[in-house]
Amino acid sequence: MFPEEVLEHVFSFLNSHTDRNTASLVCKSWYEMERWCRKRVFIGNCYAVNPRVVIRRFPEVKSVELKGKPHFADFNLVPEGWGGYVYPWIVEIARAYPWLEEIRLKRMVVTDECLEIVAKSFRNFRVLVLESCEGFSTDGLAAVAANCRNLRVLDLRECEVEELSGHWLSHFPDSFTSLESLNMACLGSEVSFSALERLVARSPNLKTLRLNRTVPIEKLSTLLQRAPQLVDFGTGAYSAEIRQDVYSRLADAFSRSKNLKSLSGFWDVTPAYLPAIYSVCSQLTSLNLSYAATRSPDLTKIVSQCYNLQRLVVLDYIEDTGLNTVSMSCKDLRELVVFPSDPFVGEVDVLLTEQGLVSVSQGCSKLQSVLYFCHQMSNSALISISKNRPNLTCFRLCIIEPRVPDYVTHEPLDVGFGSIVENCKQLTRLSMSGLLTDRVFEYIGTHAKNLDMLSIAFAGDSDLGLHHVLSGCDSLRKLEIRDCPFGDKALLANASKLEKMRSLWMSSCLVSFGACKLLGQKMPGLNVEVIDERENVNSLPEYVPVEKVYIYRTVSGQRFDTPDFVRIMGKDKDDLFSDKGLKVAVLFCSNFGTFRPCCCTRSRSL
Amino acid sequence: MDHKKTTLDLFNNVDLATELTLGLPGTDNQPEIIKSSLSGNKRTSSEMGSSTCTDENESRFSPPTKEQVVGWPPVRSYRKNILQVKKTESEMGSGMYVKVSMDGAPYLRKLDLKMYQSYEELMKGLQVMFKCIIGLYFEREGYNGSQHVPTYEDKDGDWMLVGDVPWEMFISSCKRLRIMKSCEARGLGDC
Repeated sequence: MFPEEVLEHVFSFLNSHTDRNTASLVCKSWYEMERWCRKRVFIGNCYAVNPRVVIRRFPEVKSVELKGKPHFADFNLVPEGWGGYVYPWIVEIARAYPWLEEIRLKRMVVTDECLEIVAKSFRNFRVLVLESCEGFSTDGLAAVAANCRNLRVLDLRECEVEELSGHWLSHFPDSFTSLESLNMACLGSEVSFSALERLVARSPNLKTLRLNRTVPIEKLSTLLQRAPQLVDFGTGAYSAEIRQDVYSRLADAFSRSKNLKSLSGFWDVTPAYLPAIYSVCSQLTSLNLSYAATRSPDLTKIVSQCYNLQRLVVLDYIEDTGLNTVSMSCKDLRELVVFPSDPFVGEVDVLLTEQGLVSVSQGCSKLQSVLYFCHQMSNSALISISKNRPNLTCFRLCIIEPRVPDYVTHEPLDVGFGSIVENCKQLTRLSMSGLLTDRVFEYIGTHAKNLDMLSIAFAGDSDLGLHHVLSGCDSLRKLEIRDCPFGDKALLANASKLEKMRSLWMSSCLVSFGACKLLGQKMPGLNVEVIDERENVNSLPEYVPVEKVYIYRTVSGQRFDTPDFVRIMGKDKDDLFSDKGLKVAVLFCSNFGTFRPCCCTRSRSL
Repeated sequence: MDHKKTTLDLFNNVDLATELTLGLPGTDNQPEIIKSSLSGNKRTSSEMGSSTCTDENESRFSPPTKEQVVGWPPVRSYRKNILQVKKTESEMGSGMYVKVSMDGAPYLRKLDLKMYQSYEELMKGLQVMFKCIIGLYFEREGYNGSQHVPTYEDKDGDWMLVGDVPWEMFISSCKRLRIMKSCEARGLGDC
């Protein structure tokens, strides 16, 4: 037996949550030891566990990370008011962890009151990262700015903030000098430039500064000069009338930024100002030009100089020619993201095809992660990609038109995606599109043994497809499905699998109310949430498919903060069948040998 | 644990493989009654998007008035908005209409500056529109050899001679055009 000090020391080297979780299962003393020295807690689904349970187990936490809404909330599939409120967590951790230093939240509803509590409760608070969150205003930010004396990181990534005023930035006191990272790119309101400049000037450790659109290009050089130590810089709107003096100052400031490794921003680009960044291109490891609506020649000129680039995010304006340049110039590329410039266009006038992706897969040997929007794809291209890059870990392909087949052969893209999962043995994340039959799911179930997250849309023929995935993908934790003909059979046959996963989302599929209820009743370790906004939902028979169902494992039982369009199925004794559903109920229940008499009222789950 | 498994995995006995019906990919096997659901105003997904197309052209292009499926393509809404704004701006901008007046003419005209790539083209357009002759531009002397001189009002509200600045800079700062009579324009060209 190791003495405690030794164990603690050994555990201090375990940083990943999975490692820590595994270590805690070895034996009781390891469990005890580990829980006392765990400093960072990650909760992938805020409804999977109660805050008090977490606090009871881990008393010495310095960093909390929480995720709320399911991923498809990013695309407006989760109605407003669904949940994901962080308030109950904030209240508990404010009480339990006075020395908390870091809070990271993703897809949660954060109110100003939450931010005020955070601002006043933690004396050594250092890091606030809010990603894709909503529910707060600039008043909440002002509270954080005014009170968090030791704040190092304020990172608002893609949040929806109610902009009451730009004055919040001025609430950082003059004595505040510890800022290391500020990301306000998602804000729309103008902040006082002099306050911003003074803040930057008194923050010697500032490494990341991502401005919002309202900071004009003329002011960038001032900020860059104040912070020559910057590593990550995001511009504001990158446009103005062409003025030689502005251009020169900007180009000069960039050339002096010897530590700059990451650039982003570039809204409303005036192409003539782009050459100002040429001097830093060769330093860059990350470049995000996905707001720069400028055409391929300008983009190509830039990427051709980015020899050390590891991450590139662009619009499809880069076209195949630009990506060909990437494949030749950016030999260290690990991640490629290509967004569509105009997702709803009928005719395609941008020359970005599958060929661009094939080139990059050929030329960039370290490419691991791809998110690619395009209008056409072929099996042969997918096969090439998979053979070129068996080291892919994340492959997300979105062919913009649903159910589009191989444009050459007109066949489904089953074989192409099958090749991806077969050759890319380390694949952990996959998103598919185009015309796909049950066959592709058979390939996935057979080969994708390391797959952690799978996104499916407008695909498959029958329950067999879903069955292949649920029964075959051993590592699957997150599955999200929309508009597929998957129904009750596969879901119920693989019910036990659902307890080994974080969550399953199915919308516009064929899962019935009855099946959801049955699942909820029989699996106490799962919350089966039916999300259905139809007015007549309470009078629909049991065999009718639900609009949306979100199933997740939980140790905290059902939640009680649901809106009226969310029903947690099978937990409520009064949640019974209507007359019409009786026949189906008998069919489902007959194997259990029990049958309950019903009453005809339907109550909400609460 | 085990008990739960056996009771619920009731469909394990059903060989799902034999449940497959023969049909083309994309055909829906589900009974009609569930498909045409009692869903009121909601459209089923099968009504949207294209199924397998035999016509190659069709598979490449869709009619411009495509109905938009909620949440598809999977692009964050702030990203869509930005590009929409850009498109509207450029659509409005690509109608870069400015008022054009000519001294002596009874009414004004409107001209789309984006239709021209150079001063030469603009002059041609003006000449056609007003049936006048505009002289040649000289850097020192301004316009020579005609009765008409093109001028414009810039962003600062000043009246400038057309032709001094690069074309790109001109169209981004020009608010309106005025074709002056040479005799009145004398003051602009000098100095």
